[in-house]
Amino acid sequence: MAVYERKYRGYNGPITAEWSRLAIIPRNAYRQVFRSKLFIAFLVFTLVYPLGIGCGIYIYHNFAAVFPYWPDVDPSEALAITGDKFLVHFLTPVGVFFGFLMSLILGPALISTDLRNNALALYFARPFSRLEYLAGKFFVLALMLSVITWIPGLLLFAMQSYYGGWKWLSENYYAAVGLFVGSWIWIAVLSLLSLAISAFVRWKMMARAAFFAIFVIPFGFAKAFNAMFDTRWGDLINVAEMVKIVWHGLFRVPHAADALPTAAAWFSLLSVCAICFYVLMRRLRPYQVVR
Amino acid sequence: MIATRSDGVPEAGACPMTFDHLCVHLGRTRILDNLTGSVRERSIGLLGPNGAGKTTLVHTLLGFFKPSSGAASVLGLDIVGQSRHLRRLIGYMPENDSFVAGVSAVEYVRLMAEISGLPPRQALERAHEALYYVGLGEARYRPMESFSLGMKQQAKLAQAIAHGPKILFLDEPTNGLDPPHRKRMIRLIQEIREEGSMHVVLSSHLLRDVEECCDEVLILKDGRIASTCNLEEERKADKKFVELETVGDRASLAEAIQDLGCTCDISRPNRIKAILPDQVELGLIYRLAAERRVQLRRVSYKRDSLEEIFQRAMNDTGGQNATAAQPKQDQAMEGRSNGGL
Repeated sequence: MAVYERKYRGYNGPITAEWSRLAIIPRNAYRQVFRSKLFIAFLVFTLVYPLGIGCGIYIYHNFAAVFPYWPDVDPSEALAITGDKFLVHFLTPVGVFFGFLMSLILGPALISTDLRNNALALYFARPFSRLEYLAGKFFVLALMLSVITWIPGLLLFAMQSYYGGWKWLSENYYAAVGLFVGSWIWIAVLSLLSLAISAFVRWKMMARAAFFAIFVIPFGFAKAFNAMFDTRWGDLINVAEMVKIVWHGLFRVPHAADALPTAAAWFSLLSVCAICFYVLMRRLRPYQVVR
Repeated sequence: MIATRSDGVPEAGACPMTFDHLCVHLGRTRILDNLTGSVRERSIGLLGPNGAGKTTLVHTLLGFFKPSSGAASVLGLDIVGQSRHLRRLIGYMPENDSFVAGVSAVEYVRLMAEISGLPPRQALERAHEALYYVGLGEARYRPMESFSLGMKQQAKLAQAIAHGPKILFLDEPTNGLDPPHRKRMIRLIQEIREEGSMHVVLSSHLLRDVEECCDEVLILKDGRIASTCNLEEERKADKKFVELETVGDRASLAEAIQDLGCTCDISRPNRIKAILPDQVELGLIYRLAAERRVQLRRVSYKRDSLEEIFQRAMNDTGGQNATAAQPKQDQAMEGRSNGGL
């Protein structure tokens, strides 16, 4: 099919491995996302925060070298860096604030635009399954959320371990596990929720509003339920509260006396993920059958 | 059962499409009803009125809908068991607007080619080539949202052929096109057919499109195969078709013509349609008419048009499953039994 001939010719060239096609959707999505200067500015801004923490860790361990005129000051007397500090000062602000914003920006448009433009038929008429499509869309969010959560988190942990030595590492290794597992459960919840909403609500702004509402409305319901029945079990529908309990468990932060058990929180979050997955598999069809 | 190779490779010369009691239900509604038969030609037309089941059949062959019973194969590959392998060989141009938002035409075609398995560099090359080929060379960097309907149709065709499929499904490709765009689309489909590396399946309710692009036609009605017709054989065969406009005792003339071994139809007033066997000359008809004092006001030679075949199929309320690729004579006889040619 040479351009100058303008004649059709079949294709007999190489074919890519099927597993490698999972990267096509994220690559295409990033190509579009990174055209937005606003998004690039936001991404840089999210990375400034861990950079600041990194500087803080460096100064903490090299205070005398950085500030030679204050030889009597020892930061370790004022603040001891322990594993749970990574939750309080890194994962909570980064995950809750930046992670949520990132999902709000990227998530709602991922599937809704394909549904609105009938693009699913084009994907599924090719050797590309619903699961692969979903995995591709999931990775778009998961990779970006990883870039701002557990990847810088583990780098900071490695830096602190370098300065703190083996003793510190052996006492606080759980923070690394917490950063990785805690980030991934949050990434899974955010990604699947935003994708499920995107598959239901075809208009981007409406999908964003719905994504926001799905965190706020259950929070209100949970509070009302708890107040009415004098219980804490209403929190099971409060995703943010459940994530907090799971994170506290991972970072060995003592639970509040009336908090739900960690197992219940895990169950609640995994249920949310399972429901979202089920909804997505139901909605992702090349054509909607009107019965 | 339909025979397919176990390794998933289509056999050389495999039937483009074979149906074996294929039924498809959407909800409780039976959309495709017991389709049986096969088509063999390089370009196949799926013809039928709106709601006949053309698009559902295409979607079922693409694996979008599961058959509720029966089986079907495309290029010798079972549409259920070997669906994924089959979709490697398929190009699909959907009926309605289908595009990826926020991308240019070249990115759109490239994305689809990559998902079909082409490496990124080859996909980009083929995307440019396909867009040039369909006539969107100058517009290939424009966002798809800014395209006119005709341009979107061309872009959809480009994405369907960029990866070099072995069978191309075109669902109403000329829908909404103005005459120049329609002509261009038909010419492209004809070129693709003539190039010979892929089968073309054209689903349409427009007889003219199918007649111009297809060698074989499957006519659907109410989810059943109402008729099949090998247009290629029609075109090739010298059927000695003759239509007589008469005044006088038409019935006795028709009877005399039938006695000569001709297939004859008198369903239209003052008209006799007849297919003359090789040994019967037209002069004999003139003589028979003269003997019976029947005036022949006009004699025209006109083979069965697709329109007539279609009308006959539509008039047959039963919607019979017909064996594909029947010889013309069989069809003519079937036509006579249905009261028309």
